[in-house]
Amino acid sequence: MTPPHTVIGLPRRRVDGRAKATGQTRYADDLAMPRMVFAKLLRSPVPHARIRSISTERAASHQGVHLVLTGRDLPVPYGILPVSQDEHALCVDKVRFVGDPVALVVARDEESAADACELIDVSYEPLATIADPEEALHTQEPRIHDYGDHGNVHKMVAMQFGDVEAALADADEVFEDVFFYEGNTHLALEQHATVAYLDGDGKLVVYSSTQTPHYLHRALAKALAMPARHVRVIAAPNGGGFGGKSDPFNHEIAAAKAALILGRPVKITLTREEVFYCHRGRHPVLMKFRTGVKRDGSITGVDLQTILDGGAYGSYGVASTFYTGALQTVTYHIPKYRFRGCRVFTNKAPCGPKRGHGTPQSRFGQEVQLDRIAERLGLNPAELRLRILEHPDALTANFLHVRTIGLGECIRRVVNASAFDSRHRHMGRGRGLGLACSSYLSGAGLPIYWNDMPHSSVQLKLDRSGGVTAFCGASEIGQGSDDVLVACVAEVLGIEPFDVRAVTGDTDLTPVDLGSYSSRVTLMMGNAAIQAAERARDILAHAVGRKLDVPKNRLVFAERRVFDAENPDRGLSFRDAICTAEAMTGAVGATGSYTPPKSEARFKGGGVGPSPTYSYTAAVVEVEVDESTGWIAVPRVWVAHDIGRALNPTLARGQVEGSVYMGLGEALMEEQAYRRLPPRLSNALVHKFPSMLEYKSLTSLDMPEVFTELVENPDPAGPFGAKEVGQGPLLPIMPGVANAVYDAVGVRIDEVPITPEKVVKALADLAAGKPGRFGPASFPDVRWPDPLFVPPPWEGGTGEAINERRRDKPAPTGASRS
Amino acid sequence: MTDTVGADRVLVRLVVNGEPASVAFAPNKTLLEVLREDLQLTGTKHGCELGECGACAVLVDGVPVLSCLTLGLACEGKAIRTIEGVANGSQLHPLQAAFADLGGSQCGYCTSGMILTSLALFEHNPQPTRDEIREALSGNICRCTGYQQIVDAVEAAAAILRQQSPVPAVSIRS
Repeated sequence: MTPPHTVIGLPRRRVDGRAKATGQTRYADDLAMPRMVFAKLLRSPVPHARIRSISTERAASHQGVHLVLTGRDLPVPYGILPVSQDEHALCVDKVRFVGDPVALVVARDEESAADACELIDVSYEPLATIADPEEALHTQEPRIHDYGDHGNVHKMVAMQFGDVEAALADADEVFEDVFFYEGNTHLALEQHATVAYLDGDGKLVVYSSTQTPHYLHRALAKALAMPARHVRVIAAPNGGGFGGKSDPFNHEIAAAKAALILGRPVKITLTREEVFYCHRGRHPVLMKFRTGVKRDGSITGVDLQTILDGGAYGSYGVASTFYTGALQTVTYHIPKYRFRGCRVFTNKAPCGPKRGHGTPQSRFGQEVQLDRIAERLGLNPAELRLRILEHPDALTANFLHVRTIGLGECIRRVVNASAFDSRHRHMGRGRGLGLACSSYLSGAGLPIYWNDMPHSSVQLKLDRSGGVTAFCGASEIGQGSDDVLVACVAEVLGIEPFDVRAVTGDTDLTPVDLGSYSSRVTLMMGNAAIQAAERARDILAHAVGRKLDVPKNRLVFAERRVFDAENPDRGLSFRDAICTAEAMTGAVGATGSYTPPKSEARFKGGGVGPSPTYSYTAAVVEVEVDESTGWIAVPRVWVAHDIGRALNPTLARGQVEGSVYMGLGEALMEEQAYRRLPPRLSNALVHKFPSMLEYKSLTSLDMPEVFTELVENPDPAGPFGAKEVGQGPLLPIMPGVANAVYDAVGVRIDEVPITPEKVVKALADLAAGKPGRFGPASFPDVRWPDPLFVPPPWEGGTGEAINERRRDKPAPTGASRS
Repeated sequence: MTDTVGADRVLVRLVVNGEPASVAFAPNKTLLEVLREDLQLTGTKHGCELGECGACAVLVDGVPVLSCLTLGLACEGKAIRTIEGVANGSQLHPLQAAFADLGGSQCGYCTSGMILTSLALFEHNPQPTRDEIREALSGNICRCTGYQQIVDAVEAAAAILRQQSPVPAVSIRS
């Protein structure tokens, strides 16, 4: 007999809700300590230059200054990916973008530190700058980095699953479309902050707004050349992350170094402008889709090419590159598939992971192209998608193992709720509906650095107070990870969430969880928490069963009691159960861990894309387009998300609505775009609008009504059947808007963001008899390396590339124009 | 009237969350800095320090202001209400309870500003429509929620407050 859930699935106040509503949550910048001093970074005003000399004497003797550090003090490089250890906390011999830090000043207050920064003389020898992928592909020298595939190409990847050219030749129609997705940034409301200090025992503590305390821990140990066991990282609750606090940052490492030298607490808080230059946000991506279809809509093959503008450092970029091509196949059945992706370095703020990491860009292209395909074939866009959905438990052409798929149900729900079938193409001039779908990972199948240890672990302490403490390295960034941890433990042990204390994101106290990225925490930490709680329950059941002389498998844990299922009066309170166990066998504790299943993708690059299971989303966006101004209003969005199971529906709904919000920002207005200053002003590439006022995002007045449906079909891979919800629901929004604009006014905007001037331009073209389209004209003729050839499962493939050994190196020149 | 303390500080008398406070600080400090650094009231947040995000909103004599754009010096004799002064002892204000219960807070960083701005709205409009709530909060940026659950929370709190006594749980103007 399984009692009904008493915590899971019920709307509930999140465990950190009270602290947030009372202002008690301590974010990194809220920490103040005795003798604390303040740091500021001097950042490069030039985009690309050799550092000839840095003179710090005047700054060091400025009133109130305690310390000035430069690159010489921190010579060890680091970076989030083992293959891209290309950052220094402070630039050593070269600056690569406006905003690259060259010195750290520590002073009694921020003002003195900022003043002293102005007294540092840096002599720069300017180098030619690279502004965009086109320039990067054509510029062999100077190289922004002396590593990477060649010239300013960071990484080229090419893989082919089946004979795609034959598949396209077999098709009734082949669609070729080029799309551009502009970069944008996370704009988390909290500016990054770090406080570093030496604990009483002399060990280093770094308290920081980070999504990935474990990876920061590793980076600090490396860059500071000290044993990780003597470094403690505490992830403060993040005031929003969205991927923007997932890299180890120069300010964290430099502040830690300063604390080690000074022996006193050092705080650094970035200004909003600095946060824009820290970035690590959405890569601008130019992409080309060639898709072959039969008249019934079935896809014969897809050939995808992407070029990512990486900015000045590697960051997560190699993974981002693979992600632009990884998840097409888990949504729709694609029997033959080729993906070629290329990431280049440019002299701009580094790009990295933002909500949806690498997948929203190509999702945009794919879903807009499907809208075109549906129209050409005379199919309803929803019907087309329902015909080509990937099947549950499928192994895709690129060896991703799909588990449950609720996408069909999601499509049906949004189509019904929005009356899509009767309104699409029938709303009259200026009004329209657009449909789009997506899928996303519930956690990456592989860690950032290769190891075979668990991805998440949870440790429980149960004591005679009747309370349970749950320790886990996961970091709370607003998504509700603490709530998931507490809910899973409370549910299994039959106690109230309020009886459980979460201790998270502290590398000294908590077992490792890899961090809040790739939508992995609910699934991985949740499973680890369940395992730990079940083990703890077993310890208690063993003791209680002995004491009451009841077989332990007959004991029920519910309502803060442990009792005999056949005689519910016979039992102990949860507290007495712990006391009994503690008396019988000593201190009560348990651990649980989670490691994702091994992937079937055994080719090089196959590590990006596998996930224990995938979430699915469908959305219908309604727009009203003013044809004279191009202004797009979005009055309503319907979204249905295949979540497996909503652990706390209130939080799940918030993740969906927040994703819709962020997706609309990307679709309509958000741009991390750059402009060149005139040559007399260093030719610098500077952010067009590094302020919250000018970097437009939706306000409460711009936000449409969102009708959210959670499709619950529990997935065996997830804790209580749960899949991710934090990222996936963002993905269909941008193509949904583009498809709705087409429905409204008949122009295709093949570019994000879809701004009024682009709509007006396309409408003017349409009126002049030209194609009503705004978007990139062509895709560069990239000299791709020969692809890895991996036969898909249905051609007898084993998941290995049959040509891996004789894979050719890419040609020395990156590109030529076609 | 403001006193100076030594050469570089001014002494300012405020009433903060109903309690008189005399604070000495550098005259160029903003109210945000005075609250966070001199009074340790870190519940007031900052997202830009340029008046663009609304995270730092507090009430000055009942009116919502951006504390990052307000000089501490300009607050002499004024009543300041911050998030720390919203609950009645350990009992949450209905707004706080609603934000916590209904998903109004995710990362929580905009929450203080949202709650104080909503309090000010209730002062002149105890029965706001959803559109009026959106209008009142349009200067407060939230990057997590998409605003919908924030509007839900404010709407729910307004309903609860109307059922309760006509006097709000805590009044700073007493």
